[in-house]
Amino acid sequence: MRRVWRRNITIRVVAATLLLSAVVVTALGLLLSHQVARGVLDDKRRAALGEFTAGVTIAQGQLSQSDAVDQAQVTALLAHIVQQVSGCQNGGYQVQLLATTNATDAFYDCGSSQAAIPHALRATVRSQVEASTYVHLGSAVQLPGTSGSPLALAVGAPLTAPAGSGPYELYFLFPLNTEQQTVALVNRTLLLAGLVLVLLLGGIAALVTRQVVTPVRMAARVASRLAAGRLEERMAVEGEDDLARLAASFNDMAHNLQRQIGQLEELSRVQRRFTADVSHELRTPLTTVRMAADVLHEARTTFPPEVARSAELLTAELDRFESLLGDLLEISRYDARAAALEPTRVDVAALVRAEVAAVEPLAAERGSHLDVDGVPTTPVYVEVDARRVARIVRNLLSNAVEHGEGRPVEVALVGAAAVVGLRVRDHGIGLRPGEIGLVFGRFWRGDPSRARRTGGSGLGLAIALEDARLHGGWLQAWGEPGRGATFRLVLPRTAGGVVVAAPLPLAPDDAPVDA
Amino acid sequence: MPARVLVVDDDPALAEMLGIVLRGSGFEASFVPDGRRALAAFRATKADLVLLDLMLPGMDGVEVCRALRAESTVPIVMLTAKSDTGDIVAGLEAGADDYVVKPFKPAELVARIRARLRQEPAAEESVSIGPADDPVEIDVAGHVVRRGQDVLTLTPLEFDLLVALARKPRQVFTREVLLEQVWGYRHQADTRLVNVHVQRLRSKVERDVEHPDVVVTVRGVGYKAGPA
Repeated sequence: MRRVWRRNITIRVVAATLLLSAVVVTALGLLLSHQVARGVLDDKRRAALGEFTAGVTIAQGQLSQSDAVDQAQVTALLAHIVQQVSGCQNGGYQVQLLATTNATDAFYDCGSSQAAIPHALRATVRSQVEASTYVHLGSAVQLPGTSGSPLALAVGAPLTAPAGSGPYELYFLFPLNTEQQTVALVNRTLLLAGLVLVLLLGGIAALVTRQVVTPVRMAARVASRLAAGRLEERMAVEGEDDLARLAASFNDMAHNLQRQIGQLEELSRVQRRFTADVSHELRTPLTTVRMAADVLHEARTTFPPEVARSAELLTAELDRFESLLGDLLEISRYDARAAALEPTRVDVAALVRAEVAAVEPLAAERGSHLDVDGVPTTPVYVEVDARRVARIVRNLLSNAVEHGEGRPVEVALVGAAAVVGLRVRDHGIGLRPGEIGLVFGRFWRGDPSRARRTGGSGLGLAIALEDARLHGGWLQAWGEPGRGATFRLVLPRTAGGVVVAAPLPLAPDDAPVDA
Repeated sequence: MPARVLVVDDDPALAEMLGIVLRGSGFEASFVPDGRRALAAFRATKADLVLLDLMLPGMDGVEVCRALRAESTVPIVMLTAKSDTGDIVAGLEAGADDYVVKPFKPAELVARIRARLRQEPAAEESVSIGPADDPVEIDVAGHVVRRGQDVLTLTPLEFDLLVALARKPRQVFTREVLLEQVWGYRHQADTRLVNVHVQRLRSKVERDVEHPDVVVTVRGVGYKAGPA
């Protein structure tokens, strides 16, 4: 829910619009309702007062002209007055004529029950002032023309009675049910209109937001597709507004991006093509030269000594030339990103042993012993590109033998759950501080003053590093002057896996681990 | 009589050098410089082995290979300037038996050619491989392979591969062992050679290539005679 709220602009905008418009519409509605109610009641009041004044005039006239002397006559007169001013038939109001002093002396024009006149009103009227007030009637009270209306307007005025009888008060009670109904209708209408207005505003907000958000969302979608490599994706440009400009600039950007990537791809393609062509064009004559040299080499015993030695040098240097060419082509394939992994299930323990066996002659020549006690005799199956891993192992082994000063070279292999680690340690000249980062550099030589003996291409470790990276693995070096050097290769056991930890330490156990 | 080798290569210097080396090793060499004429030259010379450069003018080496294989079981060794895997696999799938990557040493090339031309003396008359109720019968001496009523046309390499598996029906052969026994590699070599040729062999001997019962795969190890 929170996620939807945070991710969806439309929902946020609509919610805010609903809330704000609800507040505004409510305030406006309350004001309107109040104004309407006041207007309606004021009108009623004005009409009521008019009727009341007329009634009072009639009643006072009758009272003033009367010559009643005894109580019975006064009573008859009062009853007559009440009948005269009665609003039961057409006025829609109730008349009460009350004696100020005598509570039982009261006259009503109609209605089975009488509303009680509030004491406050009566007190005001008694002080010889005409007054009016609104009265809440009990449910038992029935006024003419009403159906249980709870509100009425009570108007009262004092009457001057003939001498001998107490002062009287005349009250008119106007039921307000029509007005209340009007006000209620207005209120209902206002409420409905307010609700509809709020919903409408919410809808409009949603619509407007959609208009803005849809192109933005489209831009986001197109951008993510572009990022995923679908460079031909474009936004639709409609009209000339800001969004259209956004779409147009976006498309310009995508177009430039596509063009640049296209150029880079073309360059890379040309580079790959060039690599392939060089490979072919160089290798064919080299093959001829190679065979010619070998034929000469085979026949060298029949040559004079200088020519025989020349044939030997030719053959030996051709080997170097070939390995250099092979390494150069391999590294250029990496540079052109043309190197592809071909993983198969391989027993790396057997692979390492085979490579050790292949390097054995060189090691024997140098007096180095290749110690494979750390390589398990049981198979260690790993999903790797066997050709590349064999090349890494070969490079590490020949590197160790070359720099091992004739001392033993130790090979260790550890298969963990998700990774396999290979460590090749020599006890030769080692690496000076700062050289650890350089050993994988192209054509880097540890000690330029030392004579080269094996004549490696200088690309071996650089290629090994690329091979390891292609597998998603690590290739790391450790070394100290006089303590030898160690190389550690860590590969994921399955193709596409990742290496998070090495199964064996890089540095010797008595040195700090540099992972 | 010396074995005849047909060299299909567009580079005259290399072709001449190949000729010198081949003749020096006791073969009789003939040459054709482009792919289009290779087929006719093969028919004319009745070569025992074809040495085929993959990059050829006129007709691509892979196509030449396919055309040759369509009409003959002659051993084909590819010369390739690329160690790029796509071309090698394409060549092997088109029917080449083996390949040599330029630049190669003459001894290496000769070893590859000899391995392909080698005729092992037949130790036994016949062996069989596959399910007991529907076996593949191999007449080793007569170089004839039958399954049921069908006579199967196998290349010498496929024949050697099948015989190697049939002779030791209980043994699981790793790809390395097969490379040594069938291709004659003493050192490690490209195991795709085995994969591709097992597939080609299966397409000829199996009733259902998807569910092989003559040459079965032992996952993670290699192959053995079926049924498993």
